[in-house]
Amino acid sequence: MAKPQARSFELTWGDFLPPEAYVGDKAPTARVGARQEPAAVRWLLIGSALAFLVLFLFLPLAAVFHEALKKGWDVYVAAIAEPDALAAIRLTLLAALIAVPLNTVFGVAAAWAIAKFDFRGKNLLTTLIDLPFSVSPVISGLIYVLLFGAQGWLGPWLQEHGLKVIFAVPGIVLATVFVTFPFVARELIPLMQAQGREEEEAAVVLGARGWDLFRRVTLPNIKWGLLYGVILCNARAMGEFGAVSVVSGHIRGSTNTLPLQVEILYNEYQFAAAFAVASLLALLALVTLAVKGIAERRLAS
Amino acid sequence: MSIQVQGVTKTFGEFVALDDVSLDIASGELVALLSPSGSGKTTLLRVIAGLEWPDAGRVLFHGEDATDTHARERRVGFVFQHYALFRHMTVSENVAFGLRVRPRPVRPSEAAIRAKVQDLLELVQLGWLGERYPHQLSGGQRQRIALARALAVEPRVLLLDEPFGALDANVRKQLRRWLRRLHDEVHVTTVFVTHDQDEAMAVADRVVIMNHGRLEQVGTPEQVRAAPATEFVRAFLADDDGDASGIIPSWQPEPSFSSRTAHAMSSGRVPLLG
Repeated sequence: MAKPQARSFELTWGDFLPPEAYVGDKAPTARVGARQEPAAVRWLLIGSALAFLVLFLFLPLAAVFHEALKKGWDVYVAAIAEPDALAAIRLTLLAALIAVPLNTVFGVAAAWAIAKFDFRGKNLLTTLIDLPFSVSPVISGLIYVLLFGAQGWLGPWLQEHGLKVIFAVPGIVLATVFVTFPFVARELIPLMQAQGREEEEAAVVLGARGWDLFRRVTLPNIKWGLLYGVILCNARAMGEFGAVSVVSGHIRGSTNTLPLQVEILYNEYQFAAAFAVASLLALLALVTLAVKGIAERRLAS
Repeated sequence: MSIQVQGVTKTFGEFVALDDVSLDIASGELVALLSPSGSGKTTLLRVIAGLEWPDAGRVLFHGEDATDTHARERRVGFVFQHYALFRHMTVSENVAFGLRVRPRPVRPSEAAIRAKVQDLLELVQLGWLGERYPHQLSGGQRQRIALARALAVEPRVLLLDEPFGALDANVRKQLRRWLRRLHDEVHVTTVFVTHDQDEAMAVADRVVIMNHGRLEQVGTPEQVRAAPATEFVRAFLADDDGDASGIIPSWQPEPSFSSRTAHAMSSGRVPLLG
């Protein structure tokens, strides 16, 4: 009664190594020749992949820092310490500080419901979660303008009560929350589905209540996936341009986030300052990648 | 604690997993649900545990209707086919879980929990494994830890889903004898699911043979052997290797949807999840 081995479809580094890498290792030497492509083909493929990476990923990143520091460290620091830039940093942090925890809670709740329970409308919910990914960010921004803007559905009521959403901080937060909504849920759903329900069922039979069940059984099993989702969510929250641009109104020192600030400075030919501010976002991306790498490794172990 | 199953029917979409099943299990009895895979026995076990709701019929514990009682409140011990040990907890923490999640007023003290866990680990003869993690254990050890964890909450009923299904033949036979001895010692009403007739006959006081969601015959191993009630039972028992897995591969999950997905997923677990 043979139980089939769970087969692994995961690609390993070995799949990407040139065939020589197998010599004396896994594959018998005699077979290497059969697997080997002509040298020209190999170098062409590897070379073009490398060229692509350098051209589209590495060079732009290097250019950001080069341009930012071209006029010296003092100019760089001055550009970032400038009040409008500082205000943009504060607003970006604020938006992320609100959007990320909210979407973490929403995402975990949605993923938990979808992965661990059967209910009517599950497919609809899954589709809705993906909506922000499939809608252009500019459109999502416009929807908020239509809803909350001066001419929008709720505009008159908001004005009566002295509330300002569009061209103000609440609008930026709303747009950020919307755009970053799927990240945590999307990361967790497949993970939780793959883990199945047995551990939760075991916990329920042992008498665990909802919160204990989540805190002691579900959460520990998803924590690295959750961290991964939160990091991606945060990166997008801080970097979002389109949706935020529509609802922001670009009021300097008040409704400009970092990406908007970069655009304004660039349009005003303040290249050093623009790249200095941009370098902050680039740094954020690098930190994100590093933390993501760590989380991924823990997730795999 | 006696168990009565009265007219239980359960369907999953078009599939009838249980078809008007009635069964009385006496207090302290050790009963085997025996049938080829896909005959609804795991579903019956899950209905008794409260993990599945019947479409019709009732489940009574000790004469009291438990059909609407949440699985959490039923005080059953359930040992899952793939054990479902909490992978991020040590063996001791796994066993202690049921005690730790009790509401504060009825939760034993830390010292009492620790003593109880040690007792249970001794009972399953694995007292020295407390600080290990599930992935560091062999299949047979995991099985016994799962049992200790289920016993920790002093269940009124112990339910085991293919308890030896995932183990190799030697360990299987050992654990079988061991389960019988354990039952004689603890004397908790026990129901286990198996597709292996040798196993059922060797361990159980009574055997319940199922086919396509219906009961074919209920009786002691001797009764069933001596007088098969239906053609199905006769053919099933005559099957030489005593293992119905020849009919349907035994690793196929039982036809309860949620457990089916869970099993399929846990057996085909993506390496990503370790």
